[in-house]
Amino acid sequence: MAYSDKVLDHYDNPRNVGKMDANDDHVGTGMVGAPACGDVMRLQIKVNDDGIIEDAKFKTYGCGSAIASSSLLTEWVKGRSLDEAGAIKNTEIAEELALPPVKIHCSVLAEDAIKAAIKDFKAKRGEA
Amino acid sequence: MKTPIYLDYAATTPVDPRVAQKMSECLMAEGNFGNPASRSHKFGWEAEEAVEIARRQVADLINADPREIVWTSGATESDNLAIKGVAQFYQSKGKHIVTSKVEHKAVLDTCRYLERQGFEVTYLEPGEAGFISPEQLNDAIREDTTIVSLMHVNNEIGVVNDITALGEVCRERKVFFHVDAAQSAGKIPIDLAEMKVDLMSFSAHKVYGPKGMGALYVRRKPRVRLEAQMHGGGHERGMRSGTLATHQIVGMGEAFRIAKLEMFEEAERIEKLRQRLWAGVANMEEVYINGSIDQRIPGIFNVSFNFVEGESLIMSLSDLAISSGSACTSASLEPSYVLRALGRNDELAHSSLRFSIGRFTTEEDIDYAIEKVKAAVEKLRELSPLWDMYKDGVDLDSIEWAAH
Repeated sequence: MAYSDKVLDHYDNPRNVGKMDANDDHVGTGMVGAPACGDVMRLQIKVNDDGIIEDAKFKTYGCGSAIASSSLLTEWVKGRSLDEAGAIKNTEIAEELALPPVKIHCSVLAEDAIKAAIKDFKAKRGEA
Repeated sequence: MKTPIYLDYAATTPVDPRVAQKMSECLMAEGNFGNPASRSHKFGWEAEEAVEIARRQVADLINADPREIVWTSGATESDNLAIKGVAQFYQSKGKHIVTSKVEHKAVLDTCRYLERQGFEVTYLEPGEAGFISPEQLNDAIREDTTIVSLMHVNNEIGVVNDITALGEVCRERKVFFHVDAAQSAGKIPIDLAEMKVDLMSFSAHKVYGPKGMGALYVRRKPRVRLEAQMHGGGHERGMRSGTLATHQIVGMGEAFRIAKLEMFEEAERIEKLRQRLWAGVANMEEVYINGSIDQRIPGIFNVSFNFVEGESLIMSLSDLAISSGSACTSASLEPSYVLRALGRNDELAHSSLRFSIGRFTTEEDIDYAIEKVKAAVEKLRELSPLWDMYKDGVDLDSIEWAAH
């Protein structure tokens, strides 16, 4: 299967790989997917007191498109407010990476991951 | 060294130069281009002679009578002809078929077709090692069973079924026994004078012959009868009509002749390469061989690298031509049905790679593959949240995953 140049770029040089302290109350963690399905994404965001995402980290078990989707997402959410980040649609990710139809679920997973991270952060702050 | 390095010999093999030479002599005006069915002139007679020499060469590799060889377009057609042909011919005796869950799709899809035609099929489950036991087979055969179809060597994991023992069960229970030998012919010995096999499928292109060429062995004593699936001029004693492709047949004959001469030496060489490959990757953590360790052919080697997904692994191994048990590319997201049938969990099935080694693989190729695989697995584990959790001592089975 042929991958787009953007998928290959994120796969070869994934951005913002890493792990944050999940217990830090500035950190929200979203883990979505299942090993049995062949992909698991863990997305973490660090939110400052103004409600802006200062930093984002990910680790992904999955195909190249799943890795690229989560890598791209970490770039996109940095500097955004929680509402802005939560409004990112999977279709935008799929379009940016030129994902073929069988890989659309990778972008859906990425959207789920940021939503889950935001939810986790808000729950910690007692906002959910 | 030329990259990508070809380590997918179980998918197909390049044609041996000696085979290509023989084939090229049967194509053009000055060569042996005649129709083997032409009885009225020299062109036909010479083509027929070449076809019969090839028939003997194929029969010689498996210790059969040349009159028991029927030419087909490949192992898929042979499987179809054997299973449908026997099931349909003997349907007044019963409509039950026995096969296994790890068969090639050519067998499984043929059985599915027959189920739609009113036949009943029992699918045996192999144990973790990947083979079917004679006891298991004996228990599955019923009064109305007419045919059993089991593979000799599994194409994904390289595990060998004990055809001699399974054949005894079939003969004793008076049911026909079909064996798909696409991955075993020319790799391990087959003696049809000894093995109680009634029908056996062969492919040319897995043994350095041309694609689009195969054969079906149909036993004469005791006689097996078939309902033909391809009707036409009554070629191949009515079992498979269609003008014989002299160049393809000659190619298969030469490929099988070479295999008979070089099989043992080649298997020894390939086994050393396989051991070298395993020694190279076995020192990593969480690496597993899929299927039996000792009941296998040397050339096919299936390994799972836990916590790494197969498709992304293949993506970072673009210098290696290998295949993965992960079917992430398919819409179903189902990993290999063969590995699942062994009871491997989905994670390990998703993490598997099949290396298949062949005639033109070198030590240098294997060393390069080891280096690439190790680097890729390490890189992807750095990226894997599952690897993190494993390293932190988290039991992955204790987590409630949201399946999607």
